[in-house]
Amino acid sequence: MRNVLIIWRKEMHSYFVSPVAYLLLAMFGFIFGFFFWVQLEGFVKYGAEMMQRGQSFPMNVNESLIRPLLANVRVTGLFFIPLITMRLFAEEKRSGTIELLTTSPIRDLEVILGKWFAAVTLYACILLLTALNFVFVFKYGQPDWKPLAIGYLGLLLQAGAMLAIGTFISSLTKNQIIAGAVTFAVCLLLWVFEWVTEFETSTWAQVLSYMSITTHAESFTKGLLSLKDAVYYVSAIFVGLFLTARSMESLRWRS
Amino acid sequence: MITVKELTKRYARNTAVDHISFNIEKGQIVGFLGPNGAGKTTTMRMLTCFMPPTAGSATIAGFDVLEEPMEVKKRIGYLPETPPVYPEMRTGEYLEFVGRLKGLSKADLSKRVDYVCERCSVADVRQKLISKLSKGYRQRIGLAQAIIHNPDVLILDEPTAGLDPKQINETRDLIKSLAGDHTIILSTHILPEVEQTCEQVIIINKGKVVATDSVHNLQNRARGIESVIVEVAGRNADLDAAEVQAQLEKVSGVIKVHFKEKRQTRSIFEVEGSNDRLIRGDLARAIVAAGWDLNELRSSAMSLEEIFLQLTGDHPATAAAKEEPAAKEPGK
Ligand SMILES: Nc1ncnc2c1ncn2[C@@H]1O[C@H](COP(=O)(O)OP(=O)(O)OP(=O)(O)O)[C@@H](O)[C@H]1O
Ligand SMILES: [Mg+2]
Repeated sequence: MRNVLIIWRKEMHSYFVSPVAYLLLAMFGFIFGFFFWVQLEGFVKYGAEMMQRGQSFPMNVNESLIRPLLANVRVTGLFFIPLITMRLFAEEKRSGTIELLTTSPIRDLEVILGKWFAAVTLYACILLLTALNFVFVFKYGQPDWKPLAIGYLGLLLQAGAMLAIGTFISSLTKNQIIAGAVTFAVCLLLWVFEWVTEFETSTWAQVLSYMSITTHAESFTKGLLSLKDAVYYVSAIFVGLFLTARSMESLRWRS
Repeated sequence: MITVKELTKRYARNTAVDHISFNIEKGQIVGFLGPNGAGKTTTMRMLTCFMPPTAGSATIAGFDVLEEPMEVKKRIGYLPETPPVYPEMRTGEYLEFVGRLKGLSKADLSKRVDYVCERCSVADVRQKLISKLSKGYRQRIGLAQAIIHNPDVLILDEPTAGLDPKQINETRDLIKSLAGDHTIILSTHILPEVEQTCEQVIIINKGKVVATDSVHNLQNRARGIESVIVEVAGRNADLDAAEVQAQLEKVSGVIKVHFKEKRQTRSIFEVEGSNDRLIRGDLARAIVAAGWDLNELRSSAMSLEEIFLQLTGDHPATAAAKEEPAAKEPGK
């Protein structure tokens, strides 16, 4: 545990000392700010129209404002996750510092966990930044906080799974760009696998659909805590980290 | 302290390390010498548990690198070929990170960091970002991280690469002063380095050990043949180099005469003779008797460099040097 913390600290340090973390935070903040503004504007306009037509204010803040916003965060995350994980192992392999890590009395798994936790922490910081926007909503409306919290939990779980996949891919190459591009491609594929169910109902389509990240995001975005989907994310995290461990091991046998 | 038996590493295409075996006692400094691509780095990587051997075994402080890598890792300090530094860290931060990684307690950490900064002369750049430091400083930081946890065994891959002459000397002194408590293996292509710092030398070439001995013995062993440089000048007329060569070859004890060069009236030869007969006196007499002038006569003691080239390359004296010690052995 101590070793995991040592690696975590080192990774956090390099995220925050280089402008990477600030750049990601700023970009995400800006993009989300834009979403928020557009969504809020639309929400207010639509609400006003409804009122003119003599209908009472039937819209639910959670349904009409928060849910689409969380869906937007989910999609934006897809673009940011490769940027967070691409350097994790690729950079150590390129610069030779991997030799320091693998010849120190620390287990591979501790290195992997430290790095993955750091990536998750950075992503959590980004989510926290978006959550600040919702403070306004709470000030002027009366949203239900529970679905919002569950929505965020879903976002974090989903990011955890994709970050684990990204960590694995980063351990396969010395080249950050390749790591980032492949991570993006893989995450995107996992994202769209679900589409096959629109025209196919065979078993393999269902398997693909089960593998798809999107399938499992729905309930969380709706504010429903779904054990089944949580299990999916947690197992995806396990698979990602397990593959990273195998890859670190084979790196030694091959290199 | 370090026992290596039949250690072998095969890559997809080639065998980088081919059944090498050696033994290193506690407290020794051993130089690992070989030309580029000899397999030095590969051997060190196997000793440090960075990569497993294809065959054979290695034990460090009684722990096998394959069976108990954690125990091995606790006891070694390793400086890889490229210093494993993080450019975005400051020197002090980096050394603290490595110290923690190696399992130093909080209480020891700052003391050890102070100590290694002092020892490796990086105290003046402690607050600087490593990305802004020169290659030499990075090398020193690399050395500092290798000794931070006071390991029993130090494995240094070209520790003086990229340092200035003053630093090279300081680093060699540092390495020498670390021996005794620590067992040290260092790899290098620089021969004076081995002569100056090491007690033992292991010469490897193309993945095979070609010689293991103490530096002292190895030098003596090569002196089995004495090599003498002779410069002869004609008193009045020009010399016929071939004639001189023929004369010199007649001197008893002479094995071979190489004509090296001709400078105006002077000719220079390299004469190889066996060590036990004192050929220098005979050479001088022969030259004077023939009516030539003897301008210079000096022994060219074999440096480790020549031994190295003999053992690893196709130097003309290779065959002779290899036969000679073998022939002398029974007489000892
Ligand atoms: N990852 C690798 N894959 C395939 N072959 C390799 C690999 N690393 C090294 N080799 C080969 O193994 C041999 C030994 O290499 P090694 O790096 O151990 O040499 P060295 O003695 O350290 O050389 P140098 O003095 O240049 O550092 C070389 O022929 C090299 O091409
Ligand atoms: Mg090398």
